[in-house]
Amino acid sequence: MRKIMEGSHAVAEAVRLIRPGVISAYPITPQTHIVERLAEMVADGDLDADYITVESEFSALSACLGASAAGSRVYSATTSQGLAFMFEVLFNVAGMRQPVVMSIVNRALGAPLSIWNDHQDSVSCRDSGWFQLYAEDAQESMDLHFLAYRVAEDHDVLLPGFVCFDGFILSHTYEPVDMPTQEEIDAYLPPFVPVNVLDAKNPISMGMYATPDYYTEFRYDIDRAMDRAKDLLVTAGRELGESIGRDYSGLVEEYRLEDADTAFVAMGSLCGTVKDAIDEMRDSGIKAGLLKIRSYRPFPRAEIAKALSGVSRVAVLEKNVSLGSAMKGAVGPEVKDALWGSGIDVFSYVLGLGGRDVRKKDIAAINALSIAGKGDMFYGLREELI
Amino acid sequence: MLNYVGILLKELRIHGRGGQGSVTAAELIAVAAFESGAFSQAFPAFGVERRGAPVQAFVRFSDQKIRLRSQIYEPDYIIVQDSTLIKDVPVFSGLKKGGIAIINTEKAEDYQVPEGVRLITLDATKIALDVLGLPIANTALMGAFAAATGEIEFSALESALRDRFPGPLAEKNILAARRAFDMVREGV
Repeated sequence: MRKIMEGSHAVAEAVRLIRPGVISAYPITPQTHIVERLAEMVADGDLDADYITVESEFSALSACLGASAAGSRVYSATTSQGLAFMFEVLFNVAGMRQPVVMSIVNRALGAPLSIWNDHQDSVSCRDSGWFQLYAEDAQESMDLHFLAYRVAEDHDVLLPGFVCFDGFILSHTYEPVDMPTQEEIDAYLPPFVPVNVLDAKNPISMGMYATPDYYTEFRYDIDRAMDRAKDLLVTAGRELGESIGRDYSGLVEEYRLEDADTAFVAMGSLCGTVKDAIDEMRDSGIKAGLLKIRSYRPFPRAEIAKALSGVSRVAVLEKNVSLGSAMKGAVGPEVKDALWGSGIDVFSYVLGLGGRDVRKKDIAAINALSIAGKGDMFYGLREELI
Repeated sequence: MLNYVGILLKELRIHGRGGQGSVTAAELIAVAAFESGAFSQAFPAFGVERRGAPVQAFVRFSDQKIRLRSQIYEPDYIIVQDSTLIKDVPVFSGLKKGGIAIINTEKAEDYQVPEGVRLITLDATKIALDVLGLPIANTALMGAFAAATGEIEFSALESALRDRFPGPLAEKNILAARRAFDMVREGV
């Protein structure tokens, strides 16, 4: 059924349909509306979950880790400084192979303090062993949660995952969404079946000490699971489409890339604005297209190489900055690696940091910069402030 | 008769002060537009949300899915909740020719409205004080917007208000919206 609602509330509804047994989160702008709504659902008896209130994000994710190890499906949500505060626990959750799913309502990191959107928070957790999916709109923000649980809990994967969507731009926007039924989600996402469970009657230990003789293989195993997650994202994304009518089988999504000279690459809500900008550019004879990256981890290297093989140049739009790096953005080097040897120019453009608005005219301006061979830069700097 | 069919996109920018309900107005107008059969999108300008500080909220209306996420710089419509903003904030900036400016004011002044813009002034605060007993004019202005633009049906606005506010409060807000709707429709 199609309804209009705030993005955060759409995600809360998705979580209700997923039936987590345990929720633990600490409120932080702009994630707050999700966890407030979930707390209401639990209090009103609309969601049969234990909602563990805690004093910090470190404790929230620690509670989720314990509850997952005890065999429950768990959920959390955070952003920015809250995610940074979880950093230590992120690696433990992945290392203990607990399929925790967390909403990341993307926000900039301080200092200086910013409550506004960019992708620095989740991109900075790139190597933590969590898979990372990015949503373009409220609908995808909802739907990727179903996919994330399905992939995370699969016994061939058993990895935690982020569902990332842009703070304020998606979380605080009202727009129409199609709400799946409980029956559809129950059929798509059967109850979580844990592999190893903390149980006082059959005691085991998790996350123990590994000597140099063992540690490397634990890391290797996570990497192998990431590879399997890549395959499962495709098949489970297709099955989600068969269930709810919206296909998510693509780790990437192509928009008007056929015959494109310039290909933009982007993640998240920026893709919508880029699509409108591309339509305008095409109307004036400029051949541009978009490759949207839906799965940042696992990274779809082969899919990117295939999708971009026919273009003249690639402009990677980055809502993050890898300070001190050659390309400035974190995603650009991996796109460049995917196209290594092709002769296609790949440039990164850092934009939209700390909530700075990105307009269609900015996308057109970046197209011109890429044609002129100028890139690997901060776009739209206010020269008077430098 | 709704007027967005065949038109790709219409945009509304609401100017107010923190506490005047600009974000709520944007949300409820988007809900009413959706109930009237449009695709709609409402979002706040993510500024400092201090009580009294100038704030903005935005609504887009379309006959198809809205992908654009940037803020609104060239609106078709503006609503100014508080005419004291006009001296500090460029509320008319980018307002399109053929557009509509709805200004809540006790006393209309000689506003520097762009050429080709239809100016509608009304004392929505007085309506709010009469009906609600509070100087919160946003619901009256929603009624004025419905009458002036035709982007939302009044019945859809009524149901959006009933959905948001508890019983008697919803009815009072509907009355405020209805008064402003009738005033604007009658060209007062």
